Amino acid sequence: MCSGSTTLRATLPVSTITIERLDAAGALLLKRALRNLPPGESLMVTGDSPELAAHLAAWCRARGHCWQTSEVPHLLGSIHPGSLDQRRWQGALTTGALASGGVADRAEPRWGLAARGAHVEASAPAFHFPLSDKVMIWANEAPKLYAQAVAAQWNPDEAIDWTQPIELPEDIEAAVVQVMTYLIENENAALLVPARFLAQMHPHFREVMQLLAIQVADEARHIEVFTRRIALKGHQPALSTAGGQASLKTLLDTPDFAIALFLLSVLGEGTFVNLLNFLSAHAPDPITRQVARLAAQDEARHVAFGMAHLQYQLAQDPALRDRLANAIEQRFESLATTDGLNEEVMDALLLLAAGSWLPAALLAGQEKVMALQQDMTAGRRLRLVKLGFPEAQAARLADLHTRNFM
Amino acid sequence: MTDRNMLVMGAVAYAPKVVTIWEGFRQFFEANGLPFDFVLYSNYERQVEALFDGSIHVAWNSPLAWLRAERMGKAVGKPVSTIAMRDSDRDLTSLIVVRADADIRQIADLSGRTVAVGAVDSPQATLLPLYCLHRQGIKAGEDFAIQRHDQLGGKHGDHIGGEREAARALLAGKADAACMIAGNHLLFTNEGTLPAGSTRILAETPRYDHCNFTVAADAPPSLVARMRELLLGMSWEDPALRPLLELEGLRQWMPERVEGYRDLDAAVDVFGFYDPSGNITCVDYHY
Ligand SMILES: [Fe+2]
Ligand SMILES: [Fe+2]
Repeated sequence: MCSGSTTLRATLPVSTITIERLDAAGALLLKRALRNLPPGESLMVTGDSPELAAHLAAWCRARGHCWQTSEVPHLLGSIHPGSLDQRRWQGALTTGALASGGVADRAEPRWGLAARGAHVEASAPAFHFPLSDKVMIWANEAPKLYAQAVAAQWNPDEAIDWTQPIELPEDIEAAVVQVMTYLIENENAALLVPARFLAQMHPHFREVMQLLAIQVADEARHIEVFTRRIALKGHQPALSTAGGQASLKTLLDTPDFAIALFLLSVLGEGTFVNLLNFLSAHAPDPITRQVARLAAQDEARHVAFGMAHLQYQLAQDPALRDRLANAIEQRFESLATTDGLNEEVMDALLLLAAGSWLPAALLAGQEKVMALQQDMTAGRRLRLVKLGFPEAQAARLADLHTRNFM
Repeated sequence: MTDRNMLVMGAVAYAPKVVTIWEGFRQFFEANGLPFDFVLYSNYERQVEALFDGSIHVAWNSPLAWLRAERMGKAVGKPVSTIAMRDSDRDLTSLIVVRADADIRQIADLSGRTVAVGAVDSPQATLLPLYCLHRQGIKAGEDFAIQRHDQLGGKHGDHIGGEREAARALLAGKADAACMIAGNHLLFTNEGTLPAGSTRILAETPRYDHCNFTVAADAPPSLVARMRELLLGMSWEDPALRPLLELEGLRQWMPERVEGYRDLDAAVDVFGFYDPSGNITCVDYHY
């Protein structure tokens, strides 16, 4: 600290700045000049405004700089900078780097909401994000998947021709409405589960946070198009079964991100890709086929992230594989007492694939639904093998998956 | 007397942040072996009186409160002392400003005019600037009229509102001059209350000091010494302390000194704010 009462009598050839006023712009010039000052030197200040001297004294006091008035004509005085401004950032926290390669193994609570790579003042508050370990969150493919997701966004108003004429027999239309009703409750789960984990995730893991945010937006759009398909002919949604909701509730009740991702994305959404592809091939009207096709593209990305993260985490924590297997077994147990068959949906799928009540058509529809179920099980088994489950265990676990598909 | 094993400090609750500041410092003191508690007062007068009735050992005082405690202590044979102050409490000045285009060139030109001041108990916006004018030979209430902007009486001008109202009155032509601390003139200029170039500095007071920790004569000496040691040792680099220091408006606690209160002490006599024994003699002072 300076005594503040000393008066400068002689000048040395040192840095000098002339300012008009000590407004925000004047202060900015002053701060820059102080920053560029060689260590130990003072900054001479000149200026004509009569209020400058009083303002400079107050300004310097508030910043811990030493202000000395001058008796030399035209010279107001000099600032000897205090060291506190730099010392403020001495203990600053480093937070990794901007690029995806700069992700830290663990994000610290005090890094808070700062951009990855920023320097965070040491007195910043701590944020307690439960998901702060890279191993629990990261996927090396996340940046690429995010870029793909952004590029693949579609506008339901433009991507689908809602004006095409559709005239289905009343009970076929009812079957479409039943399937849409079922899809919406599944989409609700698919929106809320990642949204809950998103809110727990340290924003240091920017790419995963962004990817999950887009995934949530995808699900919002799926809910929209399925809802609009129900409303197209003036219907209200149809039936929602206890078994279906019990199955989805187990997803919302899962507190572990890896297990939730496994059950929802790898098994559930993976199975849904088969279902949506089935609808895009066999639905009786072009709008249903279109909405199913668009949703299936998004779902494939959701599955890809689930697979990518689990492969990343499993590589570092192979014991996770047993916990994943146990999660399937436990879910199967807890759903064993519910009516998981979801007969209304299965009947509607068959009728929708048949397109009419003619016996030959119904028979063809039945075969298509059986093929769908085989495709679903085969897909699940394949993904489990990709995650490193032995062939026999993969086959068994693929069969244990909920009959509700999701 | 309060518990001798705990140091009890008084502070005036001039803003809600006072709770945050002293709760934070209390935790710091406790963690460093100083049993410490604080009591909040709504005004400095009651806080100063509490130094003499045994309620508190130490008071975080305005300069005016320090002077009253000094007078009361001498009168009752319990002289107070001080242990520390903020770096930002040292070498302050206040300004008497006029409108840039006013035909007021020197202090004598204020004769017959109206001078806007802050609260009646504000050292920086009332007592010290008026004393500065008094020393230059013109007397408040006789040679010129005072326009008071009382806000939060008893808080000794800790609230900026009175100074801002005085500045607005000047700009609106309701007063011919206004008094304020130099730092607030800079603030008012930059925030637009006083547009740049709209005012001119007519006079600046000599340097003076502001707040301090005032210690009662019968405070436990070892605890007081520990408090002083901890205050002076507080580092602005400590991330736990820096937010508190910033809230309290300092970067470093400084050792005590009392020379900076001389002008205010003289002003208190000239304007009859307190009598020599520390009784309140200012008639229209409400708190
Ligand atoms: Fe979806
Ligand atoms: Fe999805």
